[in-house]
Amino acid sequence: MIRMLLLLFFVSVAAFTLVSVSPIDPLQANVGQAALGAMSQEQIAKLSEYWGVGIPPVERFFAWAGDFFRGDMGMSLLYRQPVTKVIGVKLVNSLWLMAIAWMLSGIVGFILGILSGIREGSLLDRIIKGYSLVIASTPAFWLALVLLMVFAVWLKVLPIGLSVPIGVEASGVTIADRIQHAILPAITLSITGVANITLHTREKMIEVMESDYVLFAKARGESTYRIVKNHALRNVLLPALTLQFASISEIFGGSVLVEQVFSYPGLGQAAVTAGLGSDVPLLLGITVISAVFVFGGNLIANLLYGVIDPRIRRGGSRA
Amino acid sequence: MKEKKTVLNIRDFSVSFEQYERGFHKTVLPVIRNLDVTVHEGEMVAVVGSSGSGKSLLAHGILGILPYNATMGGEIWYDGELLTPKRQKMLRGNEIVLVPQSIAFLDPLMKIGSQIRKGKKDKASKARLDKIFEGYHLKEEVQGLYPFELSGGMNRRVLVSTALMGNPKLVIADEPTPGLHMDMVRRVMSHFRELADKGAGVLLITHDLEQALEVADRVVVFYAGTTVEDAAASDFQAQETLRHPYSKALWRALPQNGFQFIKGTQPYVKELPDGCPFGPRCEYCTAECQKEIAYREVQGGRVRCVHA
Repeated sequence: MIRMLLLLFFVSVAAFTLVSVSPIDPLQANVGQAALGAMSQEQIAKLSEYWGVGIPPVERFFAWAGDFFRGDMGMSLLYRQPVTKVIGVKLVNSLWLMAIAWMLSGIVGFILGILSGIREGSLLDRIIKGYSLVIASTPAFWLALVLLMVFAVWLKVLPIGLSVPIGVEASGVTIADRIQHAILPAITLSITGVANITLHTREKMIEVMESDYVLFAKARGESTYRIVKNHALRNVLLPALTLQFASISEIFGGSVLVEQVFSYPGLGQAAVTAGLGSDVPLLLGITVISAVFVFGGNLIANLLYGVIDPRIRRGGSRA
Repeated sequence: MKEKKTVLNIRDFSVSFEQYERGFHKTVLPVIRNLDVTVHEGEMVAVVGSSGSGKSLLAHGILGILPYNATMGGEIWYDGELLTPKRQKMLRGNEIVLVPQSIAFLDPLMKIGSQIRKGKKDKASKARLDKIFEGYHLKEEVQGLYPFELSGGMNRRVLVSTALMGNPKLVIADEPTPGLHMDMVRRVMSHFRELADKGAGVLLITHDLEQALEVADRVVVFYAGTTVEDAAASDFQAQETLRHPYSKALWRALPQNGFQFIKGTQPYVKELPDGCPFGPRCEYCTAECQKEIAYREVQGGRVRCVHA
């Protein structure tokens, strides 16, 4: 718990420092050069106050932190709504996306990794490994653009962006609409996530297949299928689960880029908007929420180890 | 003595590895060459050789679980028939069983009971395991433990138990007692002796001559990948009844015979001399020793030495 508080503190300090030293002038960025020139001194002074331009950064940070501890995350300067509300809406949109991507990449990556690692150097292994390496070195935004071009522009089977159809009332948006809009971004995120999980699982699988206990299982006449089922799966699943929960951070990071490409109004896109528009309360809010998720993922990974691995679960109580 | 059936007969067995060194230059490492061993029913044969002489590969070769870059030569006969890869697959784990050195050969995340049963859950396998455990005075709770929870004493009995799930006619024990106390060694060895007395052939692979002499019927001396002598355990009572200079050197190195050692080390595979691998360290070495040397019968045993 203390660790988490410390983490949140340093993450918010870092984020705040970055925004403070950013060369973006909030007035120019949000009002526009032309409009700013046409304004009176009074108006400019009012705006400066709204964006907190004149106040020293340290003072501003502690003002924010004080409110935050009281449970008030402040008002978003851009959306003119409480930060909690903005984040709430965006988070729901993003969670969809990230949850799908996270599960897909985890399951597909694990299966591919296992298949690949059963026999190192086999044709299947080389294909899967080659594919993973290519994908792992492909930028997510580029992949997003390619998919967008193929499925939305050329084939026209999926929407080109946003999370709901254009020109439809909020009440008229169906679940099917939402799913349709989430498919491309989710697939992009999954594909990039798969490569990482596959390569790690493969590595671990090769290690297991070369272990003494697999050799002995072979000597005892167990078939490859039985060896994978009886020994390999349980030994690979453990590190894979840890990796899976630790990979939440990557999904978060990837979603920022992917949401931008697909104009998907999620947390990632909100973060970009907040950063470019100097919406400090919103940016800090998003940063803290993301940090909580990533921290939570890693925490779950650690705790799971204790629950699943008998050497920790039962070894601890015996010692 | 009644002629016993031969369970295992290995003739001119060899194992070599292909290795790439410095880029694409391929070399072949003959780790084992000219290996001859026979095991009869109810007999315990010890293959004795120092560490790094390739003993474990013999076990893996018989079971057909050598790594993919290894090439096997020679013939292995089992139960009167050539042991083909197909037969190996069929027989391993059932008629031909391996008892590994340590619990590192057990899956750390699988409970002992289901691991020994190879994941099978039928009544027959359960009853069989219960009976085996009873025979080794292992409590039923042990089946629910994970390998890391076993005590040193249980380890060995659990490992031997794995062999009994099939109908072993040939038991291969690969260094079953590394770093164990002598009392413990005797106890483990008695398990193998028991198996032999029940009619199985036991092939004990070890580096410990003293231990081998205590339980084995015959001792095959292994040096740098080659079997140099095949002698009855009783031949080791005196130096004179031994045939090969290396066996004699081993005899002299036993504590009760003066703890003498000979100069030099076992040659590395890449630096093997022509002919007798022991040549460079042998006081009787002559020009003849650098030629191919036949494995011949001498006084009821076999030896690969021109001077014996």
